[in-house]
Amino acid sequence: MSGIRFLILASGLTAFWQLVVMITDVPPYILPGPLPVVRALILHWPTLQNHLMTTLAEILAGLVLGTVLGSCCALTMILLPLMRRWLLPILVVSQAIPVFALAPILVLWFGYGMASKVAMAVLIIFFPVTSSFYYGMRRTRPELLELARIMGGRPLSVLRWIVIPSALPALGSGLGVAAAVAPIGAVVGEWVGSSSGLGYYMLHANARMQIDIMFAALAVLSVVSLGLYFAVDTMVARLIFWEKKENEDESVA
Amino acid sequence: MISPAIIFEDITLGFSGKKLFAGFSMEVPAEHCTCLLGPSGCGKSTMLGLVSCNCRLKFSGRLRFLPEISHAASISWMAQDDLLLPWLTVIDNVLLGARLRGEVRPTLKDKAQQLLAEAGLEGKGGLLPGQLSGGMRQRVALLRTLMEERPVILMDEPFSALDALSRVRLQNLAARLTKGKTVLMVTHDPMEALRLADRIIVLHGHPVRIATVLDLHGATPRDPADPEVQQIYPQLLGQLMAEAES
Repeated sequence: MSGIRFLILASGLTAFWQLVVMITDVPPYILPGPLPVVRALILHWPTLQNHLMTTLAEILAGLVLGTVLGSCCALTMILLPLMRRWLLPILVVSQAIPVFALAPILVLWFGYGMASKVAMAVLIIFFPVTSSFYYGMRRTRPELLELARIMGGRPLSVLRWIVIPSALPALGSGLGVAAAVAPIGAVVGEWVGSSSGLGYYMLHANARMQIDIMFAALAVLSVVSLGLYFAVDTMVARLIFWEKKENEDESVA
Repeated sequence: MISPAIIFEDITLGFSGKKLFAGFSMEVPAEHCTCLLGPSGCGKSTMLGLVSCNCRLKFSGRLRFLPEISHAASISWMAQDDLLLPWLTVIDNVLLGARLRGEVRPTLKDKAQQLLAEAGLEGKGGLLPGQLSGGMRQRVALLRTLMEERPVILMDEPFSALDALSRVRLQNLAARLTKGKTVLMVTHDPMEALRLADRIIVLHGHPVRIATVLDLHGATPRDPADPEVQQIYPQLLGQLMAEAES
């Protein structure tokens, strides 16, 4: 059902795009129509594919690394209250610095290769993952903790069986945000300085007035972002399997 | 394990300047079921908190078990909310205490299965709590409480969220499975108290005082048509209504 809706939406937007091009008669170096873009996509697919692989690797590496680091940071703050007092202000201040402004510095430090783009993606992802997981764990129902206390539970077991699962829905929404912003990190990093990747290819095409190629790269990037988002969404749904089951019961009732 | 009596001695406790208890004393008999009745907010649940050593409650006076045994490992607790973990199966929820203490063994699993069968939940061990009805969930919570094998069981309105039929069924199950343990139960329902309690303590006032202590003698769970129940019910109801209006 949602697949059909998605198809209708996509073709409607494409038709609108074509309509705008036809009515306003803009020159193709400002806004190419859908057909030239598709042609560029097919003609330059091998090149696009190479750049896509670079960007995809950057995004995935950033996503995995950012999630691991963010989760570790959140767990540290939960387990060590002393660390919490020092880490929390650092975390908040770090968000006050616009991460994009750091991109040139990251390129300076980590070079033109993938490392600087991964670092960029990690920096962007780190905060939503850490804060969603941390506050998710902090919001564990106090009655459950009281029950665990009366049962004489060991702190690490309580964390494993009660606190972390309680935080998974919150972490899931944090991961959704992370999946949505990770491509931004990679592309901005590529814009600042790189020799491959979709962001680099877009700038390259722009400088040569190959606007159709630029749009083709943009289309590929959008598909990647969408695919990533749905992949993470599916993974999260599997992670918090019990919520799905409860909803199913509601729909039956 | 011996089920101890619980003695409240000269307990004084206040919240934000208001005295909830002032020199309050009460005795909960060993190996029997005691029900606390009384208006909302009079401190019934706080009493359970005191027994379970809730560290947020600062009080003066003494609360002891007789014979004296360690509080820490002798209490299990059940609330109105079943507090089942939605991500664990029914059997794992029943085994939660053992799991949190890191002492799950095959013999325990067998015992949990046996309890499930006794409660009419055979074959449901692998389901998630979200797939059960409210009555079944509360039954699982009761089994989790019993699985702890603690001599003292604290129950805070354990059945008040259930429909009438499930409630009666659960009361029967609870009465059967908690025999010989010291049970302290908070309830709003005088009929529930009459069905399950060996002693009913009616509380009232601010700070809280004991209004009445009723000792009942017949075996529990009592039938609502039981003469003892029939005789006391109107009187108890009348007293509670009067308390609520005053």
